[in-house]
Amino acid sequence: MSKLRRSDRYYGWAFVAPAIVIIGLFLVVPIGLALYVSFSNWNGLGSPLGNSSLVGAENYAAVLTDPGLAQKDFGTSIRNNAYYVLAVVPLQTALALFLAVQVNRRVLRGRGFFRTAFYFPSVTSSVAITTIFIFLFTASGAVNALLGWFGVNGPNWFADPRGVIHILLAGVGVTSPPEALAAPGFLGVSGWEWLSGPSVAMCVLITLAVFTTSGTFMLIFLAALQNVGEEIDEAAMVDGAGAVRTFFSVTLPMLKPALFTVLTLGLIGTWQVFDQIYLTGRGAPGKTLLTPAFLAYDTSFSELNWGEGAAISFILFLIIVALTLLQRWVLRDRDLGRSGIRRARKADARLHALAQQGAANTAVGAAGAEGVVRR
Amino acid sequence: MTATALPKRRARMTPRARTSLLIGYLLLVLLALVYIYPFLISVAGSFKTDADATQNPLSLVPQIWTAAAYERLFTTVPLLQWTANSAIITVIVTVCRVFFDSLAGYALSRLQFRGRGIVFAGLIAVMAVPNVVLLIPRFLILKELGLYNTFGGMILPLIIDAGGIFIMKQFFESVPASIEEAARIDGAGVFRTYWSVVLPMARPALITLFILSFQGSWNEFSHFVISRQSADLNTLTTGVASLTSGELGSGNQYPLQLAAAVLMSIPVAVLFFIFQRRIMNTTSGAEKG
Repeated sequence: MSKLRRSDRYYGWAFVAPAIVIIGLFLVVPIGLALYVSFSNWNGLGSPLGNSSLVGAENYAAVLTDPGLAQKDFGTSIRNNAYYVLAVVPLQTALALFLAVQVNRRVLRGRGFFRTAFYFPSVTSSVAITTIFIFLFTASGAVNALLGWFGVNGPNWFADPRGVIHILLAGVGVTSPPEALAAPGFLGVSGWEWLSGPSVAMCVLITLAVFTTSGTFMLIFLAALQNVGEEIDEAAMVDGAGAVRTFFSVTLPMLKPALFTVLTLGLIGTWQVFDQIYLTGRGAPGKTLLTPAFLAYDTSFSELNWGEGAAISFILFLIIVALTLLQRWVLRDRDLGRSGIRRARKADARLHALAQQGAANTAVGAAGAEGVVRR
Repeated sequence: MTATALPKRRARMTPRARTSLLIGYLLLVLLALVYIYPFLISVAGSFKTDADATQNPLSLVPQIWTAAAYERLFTTVPLLQWTANSAIITVIVTVCRVFFDSLAGYALSRLQFRGRGIVFAGLIAVMAVPNVVLLIPRFLILKELGLYNTFGGMILPLIIDAGGIFIMKQFFESVPASIEEAARIDGAGVFRTYWSVVLPMARPALITLFILSFQGSWNEFSHFVISRQSADLNTLTTGVASLTSGELGSGNQYPLQLAAAVLMSIPVAVLFFIFQRRIMNTTSGAEKG
C-alpha cells in the first residue's frame, strides 16, 4: 500500500497542475494586475507595467468622494442596480417557489409540460432572449398591442427614463423635489434622484430577469420539495391544517436551505447585470440602465480610463461580498443547539453555496450542481 | 402517520379541493402561455416582412410568409462564420472542461498528496469571485501575453473552471473507493485506473459537467466582448449582438434579428430536450445515474 500511496504524491500534483496553471494565469494573476491598474494612471497604451505610475487611491476617490461626473455616474449606476436587485430578487424567488409548488403537485396532469415551459427561457442565451425582449417592448410591439386590448396606452419602454416612483408622485401632483432633496447628496446623486424608483426601461429588464431565472430557481425548489416528500404535507392536511397553512408552517420551514441558496444566488447574480445593458443601448435612456458592471467596462474600454474602471470593478466585488455576508448573517440559523453541529452545518452550507455560486454562471448550472452535490 | 395518510391519497376530492385544482390549472396554463408565447412570436416574426413584424407584432401567422431574413443571414450576414467560431470554441472548451475538471476533482478527492488541503481552499476562494469582476483583469492579462484578439485568448481562460472541479470532487466523495483500490492492487497505474475504471463510473457527473460546459460556452458573451475585436472572430453571441444593437444596418429589421436569435438557440434547445429528464428530475436523476 505504501508504494501505491507514494505514487499518489506525484500524480496528485500532476492531476491538479493544469487547473492551477490555467486558474492562476487567467484568474489570480489578472486580479493582481487589475488591482495594480486600479491604483495607477494607465491609459491603455502598452503594458500597464512600465507605462504607468502609481497614483494612490485617486481612482477610488474619483468614483467615491470627489464631486464630478465620475462620482455621479457611479452613484447613478448603484441606484439603478439597487432598484433592480430589490425588485428582481423577491419576485424571482416568490415566482420560482410558487411554480415549484404547483408543478410538484401529484394530482397535476401535464407536469412535464409545465416544467419544460417554465424552464425553457433559462436555457437560451442572454443575447437571444434580450433580442426577443427588445422586439416585444418596442413602442408598437407585442406588449403594447396587448395593453391596447385593455385600452391602456403603453409607454415607449426602452426610451422612457422616468422612474416609477416619480411617475406615481406626479400622479398625486408632486413633480419637483422639495428643497431638502434637490441638492447633490450621497455619491453625487440628489435625494430626489435616489428616490426615483427603477425607470420604465429598467422595469423591462426586471421582467426579463424574472422571466429567465425563475425556471432555474424553480428546479432548486423542486429538488428540495421532492426531498421533503409528500407524506409530511399530507399528514399535516389530515391533521386538519388547510393548504395555505400547511405551506407556510410545514413546507416552507423545511425549504429553508433551498430558500437560502436561491436568495444568495439571486443576490450575487443581480449585481452582475452586464449583457442586457450592453445590448439595450449601453445605459440609455438617461443613464437609467447604467449598472456598475457595465460602467466599469465602459469607463475602461470606451473612455480608456482604465484605473477608474478597475477601481469600479473592485468596489463592485466588495459590494457583492459584503451583501452576501450580510444576507447570511440575517438569515443565519438561530435555533441549532450544540455549537459543534452548528459549525459543521455552517461549513457545509458555505461549501454548498460556493459550489453553486461557481456554477451559477450558466443557467443549468445551479440546478445541475444541486443535483450532483445533493447525492 | 404515514399509514393513515397513504389510503387518503386515493380518496375523493372535496369540492373545495377540486375548485382549487381548477383555479390552479387555469393559472398555470396562463403562466405557461406567458413563458412560451415570446418564443412562438419570435419564430413567427422571423418569417414576416419587416413591415408586417412591426405592424402585427402579436400575430402568430405572417401575412406573407417569407424566408428573406434567413436568406440574408446566410448571404450578406456572416452567420456561418459566427456559427463555425462558436462551434470550435464550444467543442474545445467542453472537451477540456470535462477532462481537466474531472482529473483535478479526482485528485482532490482520492489522491493523498501534500498541499491538497491548500489547493482545495484556494479553489473555494476562487469560486467566490464573480465573473463580471474578471472582465478587465482578463483583458489585461490577454494583452500582456499577446493573446488578445486570438482564438487562444478566447478559449484558454474558459477551459478549466473551479465550479466544475468542485462538482467532480463532490461526486467522487460520494462513490466508494473499493473498485479503484482493487484495480490498483492488481497493478494498474494511477492514470490508467482513473481513465478506465473511474471515469466510466463517473458518467452521471460527467454528463452534468458536459451540459454545463456546452451551454456555458455556447451562450458565453461578455468574455468574447473583452477578448477580441476583430469581426472575423465574432461568435454567434457577439455577432447577433451586433445585429441587435443595429450594426450592419439592421436597426428596425426585427425579422432578421429574430431569425438570428432563433437559429442560435437551436443547439442549446436540442441539448435541453435530449437531457430533459436528467435536468428536470434534479434529485432522482442524479441518484439513478
